[in-house]
Amino acid sequence: MSFPWAREYKPANGFTQFLDERLPLPRLVYNAVGAGYPVPRNLSYMWNFGVLAGFFLVVQIVTGVVLAMHYAANAEVAFATTEHIMRDVNWGWLMRYAHANGASFFFIVVYIHIFRGLFYSSYKAPREMIWLLGVVIFLLMMATAFMGYVLPWGQMSFWGAKVITGLFGAIPLVGEPLQVWLVGGFAPDNAALNRFFSLHFLLPFVIAGVVILHIWALHIPGSSNPTGVEVKKESDTLPFHPYYTAKDGFGLGVVLIFFMLFVFFMPNMLGHPDNYIEANPLATPAHIVPEWYFYPFYAILRAFTFDFILSAKLWGVLAMFASILVWFFLPWLDKSPVRSGHYRPLFRKFFWFGLIPTMIVLFICGGAPAEEPFVMISQIATAYYFLHFLVILPIISSIEKPEPLPYSITEAVLGHDDDAKLGAVSATKA
Amino acid sequence: MIRIIGALVGLGFTFVVMWAFGNGAYNAITEDHVPAAEYTYYKKPVAPAGGFQQDGPFGTWDLAQLQRGYQVYKEVCAACHSMKFVAFRDMADLGYNEDEVKALAAQVQVPGIDPNTGEATTRPALPIDYFPSPYPNNVAAAAANNNAIPPDLSLMAKARGDGTNYIYSLLTGYGPIPAELKADFPDFDTPTGLYFNQYFPNLNLAMAPPITSDGQVTYADGTEATVDQMSKDVAAFMTWTAEPTLVKRKQTGWPVLGFLLFATILAFLSKKQIWSAVKPKKS
Repeated sequence: MSFPWAREYKPANGFTQFLDERLPLPRLVYNAVGAGYPVPRNLSYMWNFGVLAGFFLVVQIVTGVVLAMHYAANAEVAFATTEHIMRDVNWGWLMRYAHANGASFFFIVVYIHIFRGLFYSSYKAPREMIWLLGVVIFLLMMATAFMGYVLPWGQMSFWGAKVITGLFGAIPLVGEPLQVWLVGGFAPDNAALNRFFSLHFLLPFVIAGVVILHIWALHIPGSSNPTGVEVKKESDTLPFHPYYTAKDGFGLGVVLIFFMLFVFFMPNMLGHPDNYIEANPLATPAHIVPEWYFYPFYAILRAFTFDFILSAKLWGVLAMFASILVWFFLPWLDKSPVRSGHYRPLFRKFFWFGLIPTMIVLFICGGAPAEEPFVMISQIATAYYFLHFLVILPIISSIEKPEPLPYSITEAVLGHDDDAKLGAVSATKA
Repeated sequence: MIRIIGALVGLGFTFVVMWAFGNGAYNAITEDHVPAAEYTYYKKPVAPAGGFQQDGPFGTWDLAQLQRGYQVYKEVCAACHSMKFVAFRDMADLGYNEDEVKALAAQVQVPGIDPNTGEATTRPALPIDYFPSPYPNNVAAAAANNNAIPPDLSLMAKARGDGTNYIYSLLTGYGPIPAELKADFPDFDTPTGLYFNQYFPNLNLAMAPPITSDGQVTYADGTEATVDQMSKDVAAFMTWTAEPTLVKRKQTGWPVLGFLLFATILAFLSKKQIWSAVKPKKS
């Protein structure tokens, strides 16, 4: 499952030899993130974010387990136990702020990770399975984060839960009974809070399991790289340790500085003030909004305002789910043989001037109140979003003339590769 | 095949959402958009002159101000508002010693149980007690306040955008309806039982002006109790009740950031060192 030149693990002493013959855990680590895993030598800092996402998953599990020790999932006291954590539990405020902002940072690094994958077409053969598992992880993250936001039982918790569980009511025929069955009542209450807590505790471990599959699948073809040219030989790669452990260590430091800046100096900036008001089913907040990392998808949900055969609400629900499900089909929608956006002039233009602005516009509209001009702007952005992935991308991949690729990663890094003359496949400028 | 189906799905969603767009655009053109007075005349919270000592990354509590703020809360706000997440023992944070906390608690009556008969009664509060609620339940609170239940104030400074300044602005923001507003929106009026306040999102607020005149409370430390001063003090106090760990949080943050900065520089240098052998030389 690796390149022939990968270094082999050699037990250093009697104990590790004993272990290696019975439970080769050190060998596993050595081959996964140690010197035994050859990685393309030209990875940019954009390739740090997978490790960072794994780090934030650990942060969330550790802080979350501690918070669960002090929290009570009961609609009567959930808000009060959250305040108990903030006021009376030793360093409870730090745990909760780290957990709340940790979720935001988890999404920030995962979004960068996803859009790096989109730009460098990391989803293409032979890495389709890594991409598919990644989308599964993202869906699980969304479910987990949504249910976690409900737990403090503030106003946005309650009304967010009400809006999102209400989406199931849009399904024809079975919608209403299904919604009542899922929520455990006609509106979110104790039953919903309890099952959300249970699932919020369970799903991170499911995520951890899928992450293991994601990394396993990664180690079959090995990492992609900024040129998109496959690894050909040993001079294209460097062992993961020490080269990429050192690079990831620095990247982690930088992200931690930003993370701690939020935790200690603006812990509530990414939250909503209304969630410090206890849930009240009789008082609807002026603007119900989800957490910021759901804004783009919330904008797509709300962009469908007109009953066209199906109800507007059902269209919105279908579009919101479709906006993520479409990622599952990317490996087969984009047939360009070239991976990296650096060598795809047309793709690159649509990525930077189409997709990225669209995501930003959807983000802004998702957080804005549901009124003009935001609704109309989000409708145009939603249309572009679907056109980009389902129409523009397939067409680009057929008509685009890619720029010449370097012969190898070695050539891309060093500027020359002596083997290139022998192969004489590609030519580069200079 | 998958690309044809994909394109059809994509065009389908596009068609429906653009239909909705056309519909919205048609409505926007044909219907007159009447701006509401709340949009035009709502004011964002403003900070008092000089701000608050706890503001900013190096801010610390002004303990004397918090003590004055507590006095305003106790003598003015507590008549209608509860503060259920704050206990008397927490008052030690405001610079009171153990005996002073006990004395402060004892000034307030809380619900209790007669140890001999088991009947409901009241007793002086102990440091472990939480601030009592002025009403036995929400029905009583609504009945006494024209159906508007006074919200709990424990977390108010975090439950509103720019909360501390919002509290200060709201308390000092009562006044008559400005002439320009009347000119722009002749129909706008403040119904009986509500009070005009431009810092309140829909401009009409159920709370009567609580702090009305200078000298409404008498400060023990001799500070002149102007309306502005009392509003500022109670806003500071409510910032503390919303987050008693606010200053500790910022003070913990600095060594953490310092350590991380140091560790990150080391990580950068070691990364540079490790990679120097395999980096192509610049020619």
